[in-house]
Amino acid sequence: MSQVPGRSWTDETIAGRPKKAVPEGLWLRCDACASMLFRRSVANNLWVCPECQHHFRVNAATRIEQLTDPESFDPFNEDMSPADPLHFVDVKPYTQRIEAAQKKTGFKDGVRTGTCFIKGRKVILAVMDFTFLGGSMGSVVGEKIAFAIEQAGERDLPLVIVNASGGARMMESGYSLMQMAKTAAALAQFDEQGGLFISVLTDPTTGGVTASFAMLGDLILAEPKALIGFAGPRVIQQTIRQDLPEGFQRAEFLQDCGFIDRVVPRSELRSEISSIIDYTGK
Amino acid sequence: MSTATYKANTSYTLPFEQPVLDLERQIEALESRDNAANFADELESLRANRASLLKKLYDDLSPWDTVRVARHPHRPQMSDYIEMICRDFRELHGDRHFGDDPAIISGFGRIGPYKTMIIGHQKGKSTQEKVACHFGCAHPEGYRKALMKMKLAEKYGLPVVTFIDTPGAYPGIGAEQRGQAEAIAVNLREMSRLKTPIVCVIIGEGGSGGALGLGVGDRIAMLEFSWYSVISPEGCAAILWKTVNETTNHAAADALSLTARNNLDHGFIDTVLREPVGGAHRDPHAAAASIQEWIVDQVRELRRFKPQTLVQRRYERFRRIGAMKAT
Repeated sequence: MSQVPGRSWTDETIAGRPKKAVPEGLWLRCDACASMLFRRSVANNLWVCPECQHHFRVNAATRIEQLTDPESFDPFNEDMSPADPLHFVDVKPYTQRIEAAQKKTGFKDGVRTGTCFIKGRKVILAVMDFTFLGGSMGSVVGEKIAFAIEQAGERDLPLVIVNASGGARMMESGYSLMQMAKTAAALAQFDEQGGLFISVLTDPTTGGVTASFAMLGDLILAEPKALIGFAGPRVIQQTIRQDLPEGFQRAEFLQDCGFIDRVVPRSELRSEISSIIDYTGK
Repeated sequence: MSTATYKANTSYTLPFEQPVLDLERQIEALESRDNAANFADELESLRANRASLLKKLYDDLSPWDTVRVARHPHRPQMSDYIEMICRDFRELHGDRHFGDDPAIISGFGRIGPYKTMIIGHQKGKSTQEKVACHFGCAHPEGYRKALMKMKLAEKYGLPVVTFIDTPGAYPGIGAEQRGQAEAIAVNLREMSRLKTPIVCVIIGEGGSGGALGLGVGDRIAMLEFSWYSVISPEGCAAILWKTVNETTNHAAADALSLTARNNLDHGFIDTVLREPVGGAHRDPHAAAASIQEWIVDQVRELRRFKPQTLVQRRYERFRRIGAMKAT
């Protein structure tokens, strides 16, 4: 694998969690069990630690490569780029953050959408990229997701969205917020059309993405131990001023609470998705 | 504005209102003198100064100070507006699944000539109520209660009127366990296809997803000194500036384009409802009257549309929001 997957958003982190980056070089240390692992063997294992089954974060390109039949991904809207409608400046201008993220990832924004085949079934796929400004949802992410949903409806194809996001993108403020309503409304239409939407939650899926399309799947799958929530753990801790229970907001916790259909290891995601498609007859 | 009204509400003064408070003290001091009649001219000019100063301050309010006004402890709340706007309010409790969240009030009510379903955030008036309401931060059962009542309204053809006033949905263990994100997400989806008119008014704080969870409507208004944004200025400052203080709060509030005027300019809302000089808390009845008039006008217009047309137009309203470019 030529690119460097699993790298974190360089200048911001998800609340309360340390920056995670897969170090360069032949060897790397597992974030979870601290084993020294041969880099290529981890990559060959779908970026899952062979020792402890820790699922490393992967970027959109790697995810697409892992999930889809070879060479089958045919993208939509690859040249759609954020426009900075509010001329947002914090400690640095939003435009600079966009440029840096585009340079780092080689893509225009934090989601890739298109058609592909998964074990021979044609689907509309959207894959969020946490390495692009924390997978945050601004206008481009919202528009590409909404477009993908509409395409799934028009072409009568199953829709699969692989989520990885810190939430709505602050630098587009109201525009980001409105993308939540826009994507949810598009899913309402898709639902009326009888479409199948499989939402896959990966580490991390929080904030405005969870509170819109991510939790609206006809089926919701999650990768083991993925952080999934509305508020980030640090915000909750600051609000309630007590320690959070073990495993709180992890995929298994959400399954116990009744909000996820199945926790699925990465190695089984392809067969899981194709089996669901067959069961629903889509 | 009567003298009595503003005096009743000066027990809490916002920092930027200090010059007005100074003038009010001078006025009071003069008024309390035995020979106050001798200072009639002076009093009159002080009162005129006070009025013009207040107007000037509120005309040039910074975004951060607008947030402060939106959070003013005396600012009228959902329950106040129900009292002032609504006849024959019949509160309906509970989500039929888990409980009854007092942070969202819902029920039947008549507004002007119309029977409606009224739903809104409640921050709480007394300390006890504030704690029960988590200061306007609703739990999933609150959002599910709201949706349940909206569906009831849909079934019987009643328009839905929502009042939005929340710093955000509650971030806590129980809220996460019971699916805060799912509850809001479902509200967004179901509101977008509800076959009855939905009219929304942001009366104070429009904090992110917690606000939007009652905010997917056909017509949306903001009171002049309310705010609506993806995150609070403090939350934004903490993440992007990595420090929360007066300066970064000001900067974040500026950057977030959160005022009613900003939201109107970007097409997220339809109308800015003017507030009395010095904010709704200085003359709640005037604020209520303008809200009521607007709601009645919107309901009158929206009732003319077929449900399918309403839903289609609502979809298009949100579908077109976005700022992208091709490169």
